[in-house]
Order: sequence, then structure tokens, then C-alpha cells
Amino acid sequence: MRHFSHDWRRYGGPVDDSELLARLIDGDERAFVEIVTRYQPLLVRVARFYVKSDASAEDVAQDTWIAVLNGVERFEGRSSFKTWLLHILVNRARTTGAKEGRVRPIDLTWSEGTALSKRFDEGGFWREAPVPFTEVIENGMVNAPMVARVHEQIEQLPEVPRAVVTLRDVEGLSTTEVASLLDITEANVRVILHRGRSLIRSAIETTLQGGVS
Amino acid sequence: MRVLPHALVCQEAVDLVSDYVDGTLSRRDRRRLEKHLANCDACTAYVEQIRMTIAASGMVRHDDLSPEALETLTDLFRRFNDER
Repeated sequence: MRHFSHDWRRYGGPVDDSELLARLIDGDERAFVEIVTRYQPLLVRVARFYVKSDASAEDVAQDTWIAVLNGVERFEGRSSFKTWLLHILVNRARTTGAKEGRVRPIDLTWSEGTALSKRFDEGGFWREAPVPFTEVIENGMVNAPMVARVHEQIEQLPEVPRAVVTLRDVEGLSTTEVASLLDITEANVRVILHRGRSLIRSAIETTLQGGVS
Repeated sequence: MRVLPHALVCQEAVDLVSDYVDGTLSRRDRRRLEKHLANCDACTAYVEQIRMTIAASGMVRHDDLSPEALETLTDLFRRFNDER
């Protein structure tokens, strides 16, 4: 089941990764549980980009945790823990994917369609101006139903844009990190992001106008 | 002779917005876009919509870990700890 949850945010924010890692090095099982709860879904999702099946992605993620347990004492904190973890994962996922003969579906012709282009007249000006999304803001934050809608929309994106939007906008990695993790150029990351964001924006707009996309 | 770029129309402006909010536009394109935005409320609203879209994506949480997956990983941790 997919759902939106605030999890740890409800209780005054997350425990910092570096504190959890220090506890993990001391053999604290609760710290391990907290870290895997935080990152395992992301690992499986990113691994799935490289390997043939969900089961295979879960195996790769599990191997990654073994590597983390073996190597965490050597983690020097020069990158964030998340970046370090994802690089371990992707190295393993690439090897597994290559063994499986997986062909990654890089389709850069993917586009958001003509929904947005129809909004402009022959001169390239808006036929009808976009309206600010003020009604989805509650207490300075985007409200939960809209976040759920955005989540749905991300899930419906084709594989490559889904991976790009997830890593960049959901996980907050830099464009450079995303390009490196997914083996695509930064220019392509930017193009894909532009299209993905614009598609999600259109979905929010349609929802606010009471339509179904 | 330096060729001056033509002024952007809205449809061209929106194509630059994603890079603009990420700060990855070239200085030249940023200037062109900002010049357009200064006179275009519609595109300014679009920029805000894209910012809000990104903010909403940043609030998406992944699926929770299933109890079975958590148990498998916890077992892995216990075996690792026993062996070291």
C-alpha cells in the first residue's frame, strides 16, 4: 500500500544520520532499524532502475546493507551518508544488471505531451494565464492531499523520469549526483526534470480545477 | 557584431523555468528570463507553481518498509553482530 506519512517529522524532526551511524558502529540494533527504515525503500527503488525484477532489487539492497555493516567504520563523512550508500548500491546494481543482461530503458524522446503547448497561442503567449496554487498551502506548507496527488503522479511517470524526479526532488540530491547515479548526462537530467516537473504541475492544476487527469 | 537575442515569448520562457529555479541557467538566459518575468504576471505565476511543485515533491515520503522486509534486515544485522 502506498501512502503519505509524516513518520519521524511528527516528533520534532529526524535523528541525524551521523548520530545513527555512531550508534550503529557500537552495534546498536535500534539505530540499524532506524537507518534501514529510512533508506531501504529508496535503495530498492534505485536498484530497480538497473536490475530485472523487484526480487533482484531487494537482493541488491540487502547486499548493500552487508557492505554498509562491513564498511561503516571507514565511512569518513566526506559525502553525505545517503550519497555514500547510494553509490555502494548502484555499483552492485550495475554489476547485477549487467549479469542479468538488463537493458535500461533510456528513452529521451519521452515528453509531457502537448498539454502545456496547447496553453499558448500562435505567438507563444498564454491563452489563459496560470493561477498561483495558493489554495494548496496550509501553514506555509503544501497540504497533505496535494502531496499525495504529487506522489501518485510521480509513480505514473515512465521509469527514467520517475528515477530522476525521485532522486532530485523527493530525495534532494544534486543534479550532478543524479547524473552520476543514473549514468546519464547532467544536460539530460535537466531536460527530464523540466518535463517531469511540468507534468506534475499540470496534474496539480487539473486537480485544483476539479478535473481528472 | 554582437547579435542581440530576441525577447522571449511566454512559451519559450516556461522552458527555462526548471533550470532557473535550480540556478543552472546560463547568465544570458537568466537575464532574458528575468526581463520577461518583470513584465509578465502569468509566467511569474508559473515560476511559483513550479517552485510549489518541487516543494510538494520534497514532502513525498516513500512507502513504509514492510514488517517482513524489516525482519529480514534485522536478522541480517543480528547475524552480522554475532559473527564479529
